Amino acid sequence: MNIIVCIKQVPETTEVRINPETNTLVREGVKSIINPFDMYAIEEAVRLKERFGGKTTVISMGPPQAEAALREALSMGIDEAVLVCDRAFAGSDTWATSYTLAGAIKKLGSFDLVLCGKQASDGDTAQVGPGISMHLDIPQVTYVKKIEEAKDGLMRVERMMEEGFEIVETPLPALLTVVKEINEPRLPSLKGLMRAKSAKISLWTQKELNLDPQGIGLCGSPTQVVKIFTPPSRVGGQKLSGETEEITEKLVELLKSEITG
Amino acid sequence: MDYLLTDEQKMVQELARKIAREKIKPVAAKYDQTEEYPWDIIKIIADAGLFGLFIPEEYGGMNTSVLNLCIATEELSRSCGGIAVCYAASALGTFPILLFGNDEQKKKYLPDLASGKKIAAFGITEPEAGSDASAIKTTARKTGDHYILNGLKHFITNGGDAQTYVVIAMTDKTKGARGASAFIVEKDTPGFTFGKKEDKLGIRASSTRELVFTDCKIPKENLLSREGMGFIVTMKTFDVSRPGVAAQALGIAQGALDIAVSYAKERHQFGKSISSFQGIQWMLADMATQIEAARALIYSCAREIDAGCKDVGKDSAMAKLYASDVAMKVTTDAVQILGGYGYMKDYPAEKYMRDAKITQIYEGTNQVQRSIIALQLIKEMAK
Repeated sequence: MNIIVCIKQVPETTEVRINPETNTLVREGVKSIINPFDMYAIEEAVRLKERFGGKTTVISMGPPQAEAALREALSMGIDEAVLVCDRAFAGSDTWATSYTLAGAIKKLGSFDLVLCGKQASDGDTAQVGPGISMHLDIPQVTYVKKIEEAKDGLMRVERMMEEGFEIVETPLPALLTVVKEINEPRLPSLKGLMRAKSAKISLWTQKELNLDPQGIGLCGSPTQVVKIFTPPSRVGGQKLSGETEEITEKLVELLKSEITG
Repeated sequence: MDYLLTDEQKMVQELARKIAREKIKPVAAKYDQTEEYPWDIIKIIADAGLFGLFIPEEYGGMNTSVLNLCIATEELSRSCGGIAVCYAASALGTFPILLFGNDEQKKKYLPDLASGKKIAAFGITEPEAGSDASAIKTTARKTGDHYILNGLKHFITNGGDAQTYVVIAMTDKTKGARGASAFIVEKDTPGFTFGKKEDKLGIRASSTRELVFTDCKIPKENLLSREGMGFIVTMKTFDVSRPGVAAQALGIAQGALDIAVSYAKERHQFGKSISSFQGIQWMLADMATQIEAARALIYSCAREIDAGCKDVGKDSAMAKLYASDVAMKVTTDAVQILGGYGYMKDYPAEKYMRDAKITQIYEGTNQVQRSIIALQLIKEMAK
């Protein structure tokens, strides 16, 4: 099975800071990690390879420092890594990012499966995975919590729902986005770390990918971020205490005054 | 302090630290309480490749580096001295095969020990033969192609859980220490059983059991080196394994200091953080200085072994002696800094103090270490 994993390098924090002038993430001074949800995608790819054989490739689009994320993926057992990096890709929204990544996947050649984390911990959009599948014109299954079976060009997976789960069968190639329930990512091994340290990482720019200039970077991004702000935290309600009759009366009065304004 | 570690050594350090923080720390108290053997953690350490750190590549390991072993043991011990000793004791059981095994023995046993598929144990101590190793009573009688083992070993770390044992037994009682020989004994050999599991003060995640040999028949190929070499095998093994015990003590001390510093910063008395009091500051400063001195001694000794220096016995005894005494002192002071909380099992400090004590006792008591150091000093003076 030929598997491609798309990962994103994100700041290691749950409180991302936004530059109010550019409306972009402030990356300075924050340690970068692999998006936690992508770790499950990497682990699942390695497990599928252990189960079915084949080859695993990890792709990331980002600045040169994203190479560290790719090396970490290699240390966990991924075979090859590609960094998609070019100033021309800067400012991409989820649409342009998924178009660019789809372009890189096409350049890799034939594949059976694309795996992504369900969303990135910084942007939280959950759009890039599905976007890639549309650009590649392959089926997508989101929020996958278990891969049950893969044979005869079909894959059966469990898809997490708010209540319970769905069992979905999809022809391959397909794109899955995975949730944290799917596995427990392994720690790297020493041999993996050593291999990752010296592994060659392919660098693909716009020159290699030769994508439609209108579809990439800021130019190819229809999203316009008008304003980013932290919504005010909810203030606690009013708690009534006392005897039942007493507080019932109080409540009715309060409701009346709310209605009459 | 910067020990100018190589990229490889830094990798070992980071990986072991990650395992210690993410996998061992959350379960350390549980294993201390239940005394179960931490197989899940052993598997994680094995998958990471840490069991092969000091075993040559041709036998499935990474390299031959006692310093790597020390770095890994230190980091693991920082989160749990008990779980770390399961790892370090396997190294102790592996060293005799590595140092004295013939090619066939190495090929047969080392790959599984390097991958962590099997773990090892070393058995010399007996009820009446502790520091005086020449007093061992277990016998190995040669009959044809076999040796027949009879006797009892006790206080054996990893006993019952390890699959590969190196056992010292007398092949010729009339020769005293020179009549001892070393044998590889596999678990499940008929006549090889285990006695009671000890209930210990500390390092409770590790198992300590008796090994019982009753007409246990092992092939003559399992003899390590030659007959009569048992005592030499033991001494040479301890020479290279002692820095590992020292590293365990170092990690325990460092872990206790970590706890003491973070507690001192958070704890407020008399309207201030207790870390602002000079009495606490001086304690922390002494603890940190002693730890750093121990680390410098251990790393130097390990580097010496890795460089192939001979007669490392005195230096490795110094490393073990000093680091374990520091561990006892630092962990006791950590409990003191945490005050009443330090004495309670709900807080992690007291476990470090319990775990530290054994490092002054096993692989040669600190009194024996002092004797080794003094004898060598006197010998050097006579030259």
